[in-house]
Amino acid sequence: MNDLTDLGVKAIRDGVAAGTFSAREVAEAFNAAVAAASQLNAFIVTTPEHALAAADRVDAARAAGQPLGKMAGVPIGMKDLFATHGVQTTAASHILEGFKPQYESTVSQNLWNAGAGMLGKLNMDQFAMGSSNETSHFGNVISPWRRADGGNADLTPGGSSGGSAAVVSGRIAPAATGTDTGGSIRQPAALTGIAGIKPTYGRCSRWGVVAFASSLDQAGSMARDVTDCAIMLEAMAGFDPKDATSLDLPVPDWSTSLSPDMRGKRVGIPREYRVEGMDPVIDALWQQGVAWVKDAGAEVVEISLPHTSYALAAYYIIAPAEASSNLARYDGVRYGLRELPDGAGLQDMYAATRAAGFGDEVKRRILIGTYVLSAGFYDAYYNQAQKVRALIAHDFERAWGECDVILTPTAPNAAFALGEKLADPLAMYLNDVFTVPASLAGLPAMSVPAGLDASGLPLGLQVIGKPFDEQGVLDACLAIEHRAGFAARPEKWW
Amino acid sequence: MTESTYRIHGATGEWEVVIGLEVHAQVTSHSKLFSGASTQFGAEPNAQVSLVDAAMPGMLPVPNRECIRQAVRTGMAIEAEINRWSRFDRKNYFYADLPQGYQISQLYHPLVGEGQLLIEADEKAGIPEDKMIGIERIHVEQDAGKLMHDQHPTMSYVDLNRCGVALMEIVSRPDMRSPAEAGAYVRKLRAILRYVGSCDGNMEEGSMRADVNVSVRRPGEEYGTRTETKNVNSVRFVMAVIESEARRQVDLIEDGGTVVQETRLYDPDRNETRSMRSKEDAHDYRYFPDPDLLPLELDEAFLAECRASLPELPDAKRRRYIDVLGLSPYNAHVLTAEVETFARFETLLAETARALGKGEAEVATQVANWSLSVAPGVVNALGAEADMANATAQAQAAILKMQDAGEISGGQAKEIFEIVLKTGRDPAEIAETEGLKQLSDTGAIEAVVDQVLAANADKVAEYKAGKQALFGFFVGQVMKAMAGKGNPGVVNGLLRAKLDG
Repeated sequence: MNDLTDLGVKAIRDGVAAGTFSAREVAEAFNAAVAAASQLNAFIVTTPEHALAAADRVDAARAAGQPLGKMAGVPIGMKDLFATHGVQTTAASHILEGFKPQYESTVSQNLWNAGAGMLGKLNMDQFAMGSSNETSHFGNVISPWRRADGGNADLTPGGSSGGSAAVVSGRIAPAATGTDTGGSIRQPAALTGIAGIKPTYGRCSRWGVVAFASSLDQAGSMARDVTDCAIMLEAMAGFDPKDATSLDLPVPDWSTSLSPDMRGKRVGIPREYRVEGMDPVIDALWQQGVAWVKDAGAEVVEISLPHTSYALAAYYIIAPAEASSNLARYDGVRYGLRELPDGAGLQDMYAATRAAGFGDEVKRRILIGTYVLSAGFYDAYYNQAQKVRALIAHDFERAWGECDVILTPTAPNAAFALGEKLADPLAMYLNDVFTVPASLAGLPAMSVPAGLDASGLPLGLQVIGKPFDEQGVLDACLAIEHRAGFAARPEKWW
Repeated sequence: MTESTYRIHGATGEWEVVIGLEVHAQVTSHSKLFSGASTQFGAEPNAQVSLVDAAMPGMLPVPNRECIRQAVRTGMAIEAEINRWSRFDRKNYFYADLPQGYQISQLYHPLVGEGQLLIEADEKAGIPEDKMIGIERIHVEQDAGKLMHDQHPTMSYVDLNRCGVALMEIVSRPDMRSPAEAGAYVRKLRAILRYVGSCDGNMEEGSMRADVNVSVRRPGEEYGTRTETKNVNSVRFVMAVIESEARRQVDLIEDGGTVVQETRLYDPDRNETRSMRSKEDAHDYRYFPDPDLLPLELDEAFLAECRASLPELPDAKRRRYIDVLGLSPYNAHVLTAEVETFARFETLLAETARALGKGEAEVATQVANWSLSVAPGVVNALGAEADMANATAQAQAAILKMQDAGEISGGQAKEIFEIVLKTGRDPAEIAETEGLKQLSDTGAIEAVVDQVLAANADKVAEYKAGKQALFGFFVGQVMKAMAGKGNPGVVNGLLRAKLDG
């Protein structure tokens, strides 16, 4: 039954419901794929028993004639940022190594309630800080993709949801959860040729998700196509009274309302996204996207988002500021790592624990965040960045007068080799240039696979939508998906 | 306004003390400010700690509506501006009693703005006139946990039961000028909190504590540099801190030194403050808006409910006691100072008015005198023998009714109350059974009066010759002959008629 791993969320769910195969057969097939993929280092821990137990529950429910959930029989990968009851949850850090929560995040619980099972906890950039999955304490995730030049350079799957992107693109899981703070779902999705959606801020509860930057963090789904992403997001989303920033709105049936027909829709092309020195391949892909949405019946309009060039700078002040405070709780007192040198006092314990427990990128951001919030600098940095953020949100509000969705490239480049950008954090930060503005504005945004570059590596297009209009985003991505006919997949070498 | 004349007498002259108080009051609520954990005092260490309080990864705060409501009601009780839009900020610092690594507080946009509080004139304490003390703001914040350093030779233990409990920080203007004013402010604030029900005001259990800001200056000059003495937990200590800290500052300045802005701690055993940390090594708290929480926006319905639920407050009640019930300002002041006091008084007042079939204003003075002097005298004299459960409003009203009707004398009322306290027996039955009734029968009394006058013919002559002071002697003789049971009104009337007629 090896070809079961070729199936996506909808095919598995419908096949299980129809009795074409059992949920257990599916779980076993994916558990085997997980076990065979250790070279990719995509999982921090694997949980085959969790996947099997969930599958058995679904099979039993089906046998008993009970109704099945939206994700019944679908085993998924869980990004290690989500707290999972009794299963190690580390955010890919040393400071949380060995930490087993006595609680389950709302999003993961929603997925289990919908009949999904867990294949394992996915590797990621430490505390979701990174764009290449090179900041994990548990080692880099290696992309299943390789350049077509015959070289065997290990490539990045993108980040921070790099493990998620790797397993979905490598047919090791049909879908995975991701989280997106400045592009951490969309950029890895683009770099690995899969679909990934970050919904409107507040759609998915943040309760039980290890916090990076609270005002930006948002969970979403990563899968092989738009429909699968829609189904999974429906299962994840929903109002949660335990999260004060949760949206108190019903979750629409996005997947059953999907339509690739864009007649009557206006697609905005922001001129500020045509950055200087843009890779011609990326630009060409974008033009191709414009042609596709026109073909789907949409009207294309040029729009202006004038404050775009300030977005990255504002993001790299706000996100580290929040992170510096959110990560203060990892202090060695109550859980996780404790470094207590001989004769150490409380302050020494804090210093030793945090020095040993956090990686370089995390430390860098804590330092930046501490600096921008410190007395005398607060107004110049944090307050100023919040003003910029408000202007960026206002740019989008004005744009919605002229268009229904916005089309841009997802990332400025295809996957790069591991190690290539690690020495230059600023070059790494530039990978988020197209994804950060929608994060700052809290808007739904999705990356959909759209083509390959000259070395055969996938590229993605991004659709940004109005607040709460995930449907518009999904529909536009579906129209592109139909026309792109993206069928490339990494050749199995692991 | 007459300013306080309180002065520190230094070697070089007189100094005025300037005082501001930041009072931390624990909000009365079943659960914590941002979590569902219980707030009950006295539980086993760490028995009341939720995942949120322990700052487990991924946990989020959700505001407790009741805590916000109580803070808003408190703001209304001090006639303060209620900010319909407020926001929570994080105050960042590392300490083992602070699991999140930050305290959620309100720096930039507090829930309650400018208000005021009246402290009443008290000549004896050196407060010549009523004085209005400005209140700058009230904000809502989380309490921290507690460290215990005496449980283990090398380790400190952490108890997180208090961690996350809601506090109101009530910040006064630097409007107080003497320990007495500060003491009166804390007592009045405590009374208001207890009237409103937003804080139990229990200073022993830490429900209320004050940070005391003190500076000194030459009268009329600019403010001096202030120090802040943290966590002072009684009215007496607040006053003691001001005295000792002001004296320390004066001595320091007069010796050629300068006061440094710093945080200090009070040592009650030595009655002195000592430096905790100076401004130089003060924390940089890196305040910023808490991104886990949306701004608090209060709607009209919420505010209306808060307003409607407010009880009559101390100042209004005191005015009503004076203006409507006709009580003396002193009695009104004492009766309204504490929730329990006015509650007992008002219950007895209503019961007495009902028993006598009179209006409350007609019996108020009688009930006030009974409540403030007669009854406490009996209770205190009995000591442990008194069972206060027997001191019901019905029993006391029954006694007051008999007294009002002239059936018993004031002395008999006390005796009956004493028996009530000890036994819980019915007052009317006691009066009957124990013979504690006074005689109002004019004929019987007249006979005794005649006997007394006949037996003291010499004194009668002296009286008629102008020695009016002898009237009391005749009353005493009659009462003595009647074993104290004669109705004094009747006795007086008959004596007057016979002596002066």
